[in-house]
Amino acid sequence: MPEIKKYPNRLGIKGWLFGGKWGPERYLYFLHRVTGLGLLFYFLIHIVVVSSRAFGQEQWETAMANVTGPIFLVGEYLVFVAFVFHALNGVRLVLVELGVLTGKAEDPVFPYRSSLNVQRPFMIVMMILAAILIVVGGYDFFVLVAH
Amino acid sequence: MSMKDTKLWTWHMASGVIILVLLGAHMLAMHMSGVLPIERLNPAGDNPLDWANVVARGREVSQVVGYILLVGVGLFHGLFGLRNILFELDPAPGLQKLISVVLLLLGLGLFVFGAWSAVAARTMALSVSG
Repeated sequence: MPEIKKYPNRLGIKGWLFGGKWGPERYLYFLHRVTGLGLLFYFLIHIVVVSSRAFGQEQWETAMANVTGPIFLVGEYLVFVAFVFHALNGVRLVLVELGVLTGKAEDPVFPYRSSLNVQRPFMIVMMILAAILIVVGGYDFFVLVAH
Repeated sequence: MSMKDTKLWTWHMASGVIILVLLGAHMLAMHMSGVLPIERLNPAGDNPLDWANVVARGREVSQVVGYILLVGVGLFHGLFGLRNILFELDPAPGLQKLISVVLLLLGLGLFVFGAWSAVAARTMALSVSG
């Protein structure tokens, strides 16, 4: 069996930050990872905190009192923002992965058609949708619920 | 990528779709209750964190099952994603094995704890009058 040449990951974590010529999707890749790691960190703590409901009303209210205040409100909103972005960008990634947005292979005849012709507008639509949900969520967080 | 990794990657994508539905509903109930007040999700008033709402949700089998499913699927999606990121940094094979085992144990432990707390909270909710 031929040996597969292994290329070291030379850029490591630094490589996440530099999109270079790869376009905006590369920066979405970076944001997808950062939001994913943030959501995972929050989720692990969240499981432990909300489990306090199993120990009764007093423990629940104590736990909730410990995570109440302006800093936690902003933090929770950031979790909401991260979820909205990660979810909608994730839908885009799944559709690209499944080939839905890439189209069929064809000969490179001028004027060339790029798979980006479909992917890029879809990405823009998803990001606009994310922006709308983030604004509506912010209205709920800081205007409706806070008052 | 081995066949096992390909299968796990497919499950990773599928779990993302399930999370989108379950966590989307959770976000609607918890963080958009002012914009979209859905009485079934918060039957005891606008504040989803009020104990009365916690008890009311605990009585609903669909809420408990949905929560346990979300914990399981969310842990798999998140920890497998973390494993992929760590593996991209090209750790030695022994370290890869260690990472996999630690993440698996962490995921299983938190899943058991999360599922237990949901069932215990339901038992308590059913015993509360009103």
